[in-house]
Amino acid sequence: MNKLIEIKNLTVKYGTYVALQDANLTISQSDFIGVIGPNGGGKTTLLKAILGLIEPTSGEIIFADKLKEKGSDIGYLPQVNKFDHRFPITVKEVILSGLARKNRWAKPYMRKDNASLDRIVEELGIQNLVSKAIGELSGGQMQRVFLGRALISDPRLLILDEPDTYVDNQFEHELYEMLIELNKRMAIMLVSHDVGTITTYVKGIACVNTTLNYHPSNIISPEQLKAYNCPIQIITHGEVPHTVLGTHNHLHKH
Amino acid sequence: MIELLQYEFFRNALWAALLTSISCGIIGSYIVARRMVFIGGGITHASFGGIGIAYFAGINPLLGAAVFAVLSALGINYFTNKGNIRQDSSIAIWWSLGMAIGIIFIALSPGYAPNLMSFLFGSILTVSGIDLLFMSTIALITGMVFLLFFRTIMIVSFDSDFAQARNLPVKLFDYLLIVLSALAIVASIRVSGVILVLSLLTLPQATANIFTKKFSSIIIASVLIGFAGIVTGLMTAYYTNLPSGATIILVLTVFFGIGKLVSLLRWVRN
Repeated sequence: MNKLIEIKNLTVKYGTYVALQDANLTISQSDFIGVIGPNGGGKTTLLKAILGLIEPTSGEIIFADKLKEKGSDIGYLPQVNKFDHRFPITVKEVILSGLARKNRWAKPYMRKDNASLDRIVEELGIQNLVSKAIGELSGGQMQRVFLGRALISDPRLLILDEPDTYVDNQFEHELYEMLIELNKRMAIMLVSHDVGTITTYVKGIACVNTTLNYHPSNIISPEQLKAYNCPIQIITHGEVPHTVLGTHNHLHKH
Repeated sequence: MIELLQYEFFRNALWAALLTSISCGIIGSYIVARRMVFIGGGITHASFGGIGIAYFAGINPLLGAAVFAVLSALGINYFTNKGNIRQDSSIAIWWSLGMAIGIIFIALSPGYAPNLMSFLFGSILTVSGIDLLFMSTIALITGMVFLLFFRTIMIVSFDSDFAQARNLPVKLFDYLLIVLSALAIVASIRVSGVILVLSLLTLPQATANIFTKKFSSIIIASVLIGFAGIVTGLMTAYYTNLPSGATIILVLTVFFGIGKLVSLLRWVRN
């Protein structure tokens, strides 16, 4: 297995608050990792550390050769509610910004990049939206546009932060089918609240609740979740779906 | 109008209108897009402290205003990034502190302060040659920065996390643009004064935004609308003997109203 990223004993603190403690995780070429855990458990912190948006307090993140320039080979889809939806920017400009190059401040993307733009909007079925402002889009359309921005650079790792919020079931289903297809050529790391749905698609589960426990399968039992210190609600998949509620024995580390 | 051009003060006023509409059109579009209008207000009012000190010391008030504006801009940015104090509180502190310092130093200055009103509400007909030099330098730098780095500025402003993940110089542009904003605001004080300058940064943009949602088009349209508004306001003020700064703002508001009406008529027709 080709290792892309190796996270070793990663600890991130905000002041005295410990967001992540001694996290270890290896991401390989064909991985499809679902990241689950309670709110405020450190899921977004983990993503941000990988993207180089925050400095680790201790520990290290080792990137494979070409991934070394942090972020340059990583596609990133942030939470959609993080944006100002009335910002005056067009779909075309958003997607092309996914090609922004380091040290090219004057021309972060160029005319020849329009070929990549055409390819990606066709793949995502959003050709008719190219010249619209992002404020004119629906939730599902917007997710497609940001997915386009994440994918236009043809990354080796795709990171998605809760792509299933604010979208309808139809798009959610299409999205996961698309991710399975993409997983043939890139590693995927997906943060989600909807544990029941993602366990159908992912190959491994990372339970993040200050500590990180990696579970190398998509079948996870409530007992295992409890052992991983991951008190979240899961809906097991099978013939008759039923809800199992994990006990809430948080480990407070303030 | 032709005979008015014989007068130097009037030619200066027209140049000031052009230069102000360029820097305010560009910087205003940036400030509005990033929802930083309130920061702009803080910087503007803080600069009054510099005007007061410069007035007391007998140096060019715009120089004092520039120093105070840049310091308050950096101060607001710094404290917000540090997170020690909430941004709106930080802005309010700079806002009122600047005004207080300005008032105290003007009171300390001997004699009556005849220029006070012109700094508060603008006086485009008294723009001097030195003022024009300052204004054209700022307009030139602002124009160059946006022409050269427009795409990077747009990407960094829209989603700073993503821009940073792609190794774009987010912090550098944040600071560069807040300093440019401070200087552009100071360069416009002559035209509309400390209290009214905020509308030069927002009214043309709001009018442009009725017709286009594209960042680059908003900038170009704002420059044109701003220029038309300032010249119309200037002429109206000249012939009616009304205060120029306030008249300009009223004209720009009327432009906005016309814009809204046009879009409404279009909507009804479709």
